[in-house]
Amino acid sequence: MSAGGTNPFAPGFYEGNRPRVVTSRFGLEDSHTIERYLATGGYDGLRRALGRAASEVHEEVKSATILGRGGAGFPAGNKWGLTPAGVWPRYLVVNGDESEPGTYKDRLLMERDPHQLIEGCLIACYAAGLSQCFLYIRGEMALAQERVAKALNDAYAAGYIGRNIMGSRFSVDIVLHWGAGAYVVGEETALIESLEGNRGMPRLKPPYFPAAVGLYGKPTIVNNVETLSNLPWLMVNGSAAYTAIGTATSPGTRMVAVSGHVKRPGVYEIVNGTTTFRDLLFGEEFCGGMREGRTLKAFVPGGGSAPWFLPDQLDLPFEASQVGPAGSMLGSGAVMVMDDTTDIPRAALTLTRFYAHESCGKCTPCREGGTWLERILSRIVDGKGTDADLDQLLEVGGSICPGSFPHASSEALGIPAVPFPYRMNTICFVGPSAYVPVHSALTLFRSEFESRVTRRVRIPVTAAGGGE
Amino acid sequence: MARLSDENTKLAREIIARYPKPRSAMIPLLHLAQEQDGWVTEDAMAHIGELVGATPAEVYGTASFYEMFKFHPVGKYVINICGTMSCALMGAEDLMHHAEQKLGVRMGGTTEDGMFTLERAECQAACTEAPCLQTNYRFSFRVTNESFDSLVDDLRAGRLDNEVPSHGTVARVRQSIPPDRQAGIHPPDEVRDAPEWFDGRPAL
Amino acid sequence: MSTGTDGTGTENEVPSDPNAVSITVNGRAVTARKGEMIIAATDREGEYVPRFCYHPRMSPVGMCRQCMVEVDGPRGPMMVVSCMTPVAEGQVVRTDTEQVKRAQEGMIELLLANHPLDCPVCDKGGECPLQDQAFSHGPGESRFVEEKRHYEKPIPISDLVFLDRERCILCDRCTRFAREVAGDPLISFTQRGNNTQVMTFPDEPFSSYFSGNTVQICPVGALTAQPYRFKARPWDLEQRESTCTTCSVGCRVVVQSSRDEIVRYQGVDSDPVNWGWLCDRGRFDFQAVNSANRLEKPMVRVNGTLTETSWTAALDAVARAMRESAGSVAVLGGARGTNEDAFMWARLADAVGSTMTDAQLDDGLPASVFGLPQATIDSACASSTVVLLAPDLKEELPVLHIRLRDAAAHRGVRIIEVASHESGLTAHAWKSVLCEPGTQQDVVRSLLSDPTVRAQVGSGPVTVVAGRPNLAESASFTVAAVHEVLSAAPSARVLPVLRRGNVRGALSVGLAPRAGNDAAAILDAASHGKVGCLVLLGADPLTDVPDAGLARRAVSGARFVVAVDTFLSGSAQQADVVLPAAAFGEKEGTTTNLEGRVSNVVQKITPRGTSRADWMVAAELMRLLGQDSGVTTLAQVQQMMSSSLGSFGAAVVSPDARRNGVLASSPPAPPAPAGAGAVPRNSYDFRLVVSRRLYDGAAGTANSPSLAGLAPGASVTLHPLDAERIGASEGSTVTVSASGQGVRLPVLCSGAVPRGVALVPFNQPGDDIRSLVSRGSDVTDVRIEAK
Ligand SMILES: Cc1cc2nc3c(=O)[nH]c(=O)nc-3n(C[C@H](O)[C@H](O)[C@H](O)COP(=O)(O)O)c2cc1C
Ligand code: SF4
Ligand code: FES
Repeated sequence: MSAGGTNPFAPGFYEGNRPRVVTSRFGLEDSHTIERYLATGGYDGLRRALGRAASEVHEEVKSATILGRGGAGFPAGNKWGLTPAGVWPRYLVVNGDESEPGTYKDRLLMERDPHQLIEGCLIACYAAGLSQCFLYIRGEMALAQERVAKALNDAYAAGYIGRNIMGSRFSVDIVLHWGAGAYVVGEETALIESLEGNRGMPRLKPPYFPAAVGLYGKPTIVNNVETLSNLPWLMVNGSAAYTAIGTATSPGTRMVAVSGHVKRPGVYEIVNGTTTFRDLLFGEEFCGGMREGRTLKAFVPGGGSAPWFLPDQLDLPFEASQVGPAGSMLGSGAVMVMDDTTDIPRAALTLTRFYAHESCGKCTPCREGGTWLERILSRIVDGKGTDADLDQLLEVGGSICPGSFPHASSEALGIPAVPFPYRMNTICFVGPSAYVPVHSALTLFRSEFESRVTRRVRIPVTAAGGGE
Repeated sequence: MARLSDENTKLAREIIARYPKPRSAMIPLLHLAQEQDGWVTEDAMAHIGELVGATPAEVYGTASFYEMFKFHPVGKYVINICGTMSCALMGAEDLMHHAEQKLGVRMGGTTEDGMFTLERAECQAACTEAPCLQTNYRFSFRVTNESFDSLVDDLRAGRLDNEVPSHGTVARVRQSIPPDRQAGIHPPDEVRDAPEWFDGRPAL
Repeated sequence: MSTGTDGTGTENEVPSDPNAVSITVNGRAVTARKGEMIIAATDREGEYVPRFCYHPRMSPVGMCRQCMVEVDGPRGPMMVVSCMTPVAEGQVVRTDTEQVKRAQEGMIELLLANHPLDCPVCDKGGECPLQDQAFSHGPGESRFVEEKRHYEKPIPISDLVFLDRERCILCDRCTRFAREVAGDPLISFTQRGNNTQVMTFPDEPFSSYFSGNTVQICPVGALTAQPYRFKARPWDLEQRESTCTTCSVGCRVVVQSSRDEIVRYQGVDSDPVNWGWLCDRGRFDFQAVNSANRLEKPMVRVNGTLTETSWTAALDAVARAMRESAGSVAVLGGARGTNEDAFMWARLADAVGSTMTDAQLDDGLPASVFGLPQATIDSACASSTVVLLAPDLKEELPVLHIRLRDAAAHRGVRIIEVASHESGLTAHAWKSVLCEPGTQQDVVRSLLSDPTVRAQVGSGPVTVVAGRPNLAESASFTVAAVHEVLSAAPSARVLPVLRRGNVRGALSVGLAPRAGNDAAAILDAASHGKVGCLVLLGADPLTDVPDAGLARRAVSGARFVVAVDTFLSGSAQQADVVLPAAAFGEKEGTTTNLEGRVSNVVQKITPRGTSRADWMVAAELMRLLGQDSGVTTLAQVQQMMSSSLGSFGAAVVSPDARRNGVLASSPPAPPAPAGAGAVPRNSYDFRLVVSRRLYDGAAGTANSPSLAGLAPGASVTLHPLDAERIGASEGSTVTVSASGQGVRLPVLCSGAVPRGVALVPFNQPGDDIRSLVSRGSDVTDVRIEAK
């Protein structure tokens, strides 16, 4: 394949000479074995952590401000601090349910460097006083499950997990758990429901969050795989070294998957805060530009749930404080690129169909609205839509997310950006996410819809007659 | 059809013992049942209910929420072709069309010989390798019509028997915690205090 | 047309200062209660917020998203669900903004998107929250032109309930009720997203004793009750609030009728009693009131056969018999009627100098239990320890079971159970000891000698729930065990759980044993020809007295038998005179529940045929006997009661008897006799336990077509190892015998009974176990052979 060539052991991964915090071993064929891991400084971070007081380790993580990589971007150290004092036990649940459209990184981290993740879990447990860890891997990830299972078995045998870890007083169990196919289970409260053996329906009850009331009603830290994989490096190199990479507000690196119409779709560990979307999409050491003779039409900056960007936004860096006001979010580090050949309504449909299909069914707007959006959209795509359907799409969207909805600015259309986030009538973000692509596509490419639909006057159908 | 075999029941008890509450083992046990029979039978669900302390209705309620569990027999190989955005942008629709032609079944259908079940799937976390598919949850990347055909031929000829177990088996490696290494699992309500190592002093 | 299941339960509580929270609702300053959800506060303020999934008696799920309101937040006003957002100091809530209106309309439109809108043919039409709120808070039109969801039209999910998944709006009310309140999670959401649907497991019906409640709380017509389907339309229903007298919990209900026929009961949320819930037996046995088998005319025995006659002739015959048997008139029963009925019959007994009255049939506890410090349902549920020395409450007093289950499962009350087989509460018990009949006292003693148990019992208020767990053992064992607890926890209170509807009322107003003559003594006297006139006041000794032989000898031994009843019971068939009685819903009055709560029952339809209220019959007889009480109206009866019965009488006439009822203390009873000690097992193999099931041969059930089929039938349950030992197996038939008598019963194997115990349900279709029960022995030991 083209320049550099994708990594033979980590399909889709490109190295390049950049700081590598979590992917340093990806180039080694046997990176997933405990032998290789130990031979390359494995479990040193844990040894150093155990040599210090838990509170110090926690402080170290705090000062590094490792932004959560699961989508919400909440600093890990601070999250650990949210557990109520004196309530025990506390649990760690590792979110390895990676299923956000466009997202491809956690699977690699689990397949290529399972021990790094395990070491990260142990450090987190030690720092925050968590007495059991559940490593929840997405059900469809057979290889990741096998690699992590093997790694856990080896680590237990070698004394890195379980009773008196590395001969210390520290003891904790890590249990491998796996799902069975439901995107919404990635949402942390749904993840906990699922781990309790229930239907994976979010149970968000403000003001309670998992850190206060989580698994079995006990304080529970939910962290993403990539987030935790940063910890071993941090323990060895220190927070100063970590914050030296990237910017003050977005330190360190992050893994980003770029998919779609670029020359070199792939997974890259990029420097947080400074790298721009232009670097990533057009830089030679990254995707190397659009496919031959094609131009950029639009791109999704942060996973299927993120409002779309236009070429206008290319110079934004991976920095939440700049992407938010521009009308979208960085989310889960997934960029999906559309070139000028893209059929926009159809592209939007593939995402809306996804979220409608993945609704857990709890919230009326998501369950009914999501499907309704999908039905209208596919009618339009099939050329059976009317102009009334376009307004209807926005009407239904309004029932999912009240008020103004974020979108990018467009010089060509002469519209300013509406900043992220949106207001919502649902419990979690699946409902709104079904509307995101519809709204972005319709706002930024309305003409492509209008050319698809026939003008027709709408005949309203009156509602609930009801007996009389 | 079948409740869990004695051997699997033993395994089930082992899995249950890893959790502070038995019910947490529900999904792993459903996988175990599917591994045993290729799909999840009513008897197995009833049995799992007995093992984790739930009614069959609750077990079915949980099981039917999740994509992977099948409640009727499916092919030896379930081929999931991803149709979400990145894959769609890279031609997933055409691939699906070709697959239907090649196997002679519509999406969701199973071939006469019971070898293949074809399904449209959602994002499989391989977006950069689009279009992609999974055969019993084993990946194929940047799939072309040709590579799809040879995949099917290889599976039919049994050339991939070592890579791809028949439907029901996901991971072929299981976690097993040596009793002497286990830190100890306790019902959440029986734990009152912080772990003794969490006392402000270094653990090492 | 609200039947009270929403809201009313939380209304009468007033916020107490320490946990008062000040918020503003639509600009108005409001005091809310700490921890409550916004919707509870707005309800109290009369600011109605539309809702579907919210139910004040269940935990919030925020599923329908209909109850959106606006709350000022850090980033300006936010939309929140009022059913899951707790009130907070200084919170600014708006229920009336454009945003809110828009959200509510949007939600209705989405809910209607897949709703069939078949209101004209729907049982719920006219009383449907979805329909009502579609009018009050809906957009007025639907723009949904896509194909709607389709499911097979109504499917039976149990013998009593039908489910129409097309109408379902997935509010999680029925499923939450089954899981959280009833503890029978036999229905569950299945599938996901837009395909989510409520279902049972294949071939495992929603056979819960409480299934009818799901029909009542369903906010659409998705769940319908077989006994009510297509019976009436809400707009031609009339209703009055009353009290269920099927058992002694005394749940508040509304009795609904159409064209002078009772068509439905709905639970009313009475805070101290039933919280809006009913059991299916109480909910559906109105069918018996409408039964074609009801007695309509008096009958007298003319040369051997009962022949219809006039009231005058029948009453003359009774009066003559009473006059002739001066001093030897006995009155058994009265627990089925009102306080007023029992009161007038007690006065009649006085008038004829009777020393033989008892409202129980040797199947309860000595009335002396009322002499012990009394608990209430609420106080029991608020105590720290509940000691169960009772039958399976789920089978006998279902809604009390629900209250105690809630207390144990959600409020940290610890239950200590001592029984001869597992009960519906065993799963929630802190400690449950299964013991052989007769050994209760010893078991309790050794339990209380355990330090942890003593610590628990000493940790706070203790309630002893005392009933008759086994009709094949003497009540004295339970009484002895109760005293054992009282001696260890002197401040403990007792909640007597006697099953019959108004048994406590009847005993309290004068139909209690006199001069030590309880039912057993009376029956014994009768069997020796010492009873001149035996009045069976809604009592059927031949079916209900545990010692069948004694009952048979008594009924045939009494010189003259009068049956006052709604049906021609087994005993009534033997009577010399049968008088048709007005049934529940056909007469006014008051009733008394197991905790001594007096509340009213109402007349909704005209009495069947020529039947009359029991009190009228008594008054008429007194006149004929020349002892006219002068009463001709119910009001006069209640006047007499209030002047002669102290606090009890006051309760009867109190207006509160028309709402949640009034607690009345019963007249002081003689101290309970210290009960018998354990009885050594004789040479026989098994010790017999005969206990009631919810559905049995009782008239109310047998004459309600939809319930009649639910009686499980006679059987004997053995521990699997015992069954194996005698060569029996599940389903095989065995002979259970004692003292020459034998019955043939099918075997059930279950670990729910301890070894050495044989459990047989009472009054079931099949061989009658009572032929083995003899009053002579305190326990019943039987031999069981697999031949
Ligand atoms: C619908 C939905 C899906 C999500 N899916 C994932 C996921 O697949 N993996 C993940 O790590 N976080 C996911 N999240 C975010 C989690 O809720 C949670 O914020 C995250 O796991 C916290 O870990 P972090 O703080 O390390 O990022 C999802 C959130 C939502 C609302
Ligand atoms: S928004 Fe959708 S997925 Fe999320 S909780 Fe509501 S119904 Fe479930
Ligand atoms: S969109 Fe196909 S794997 Fe992600």
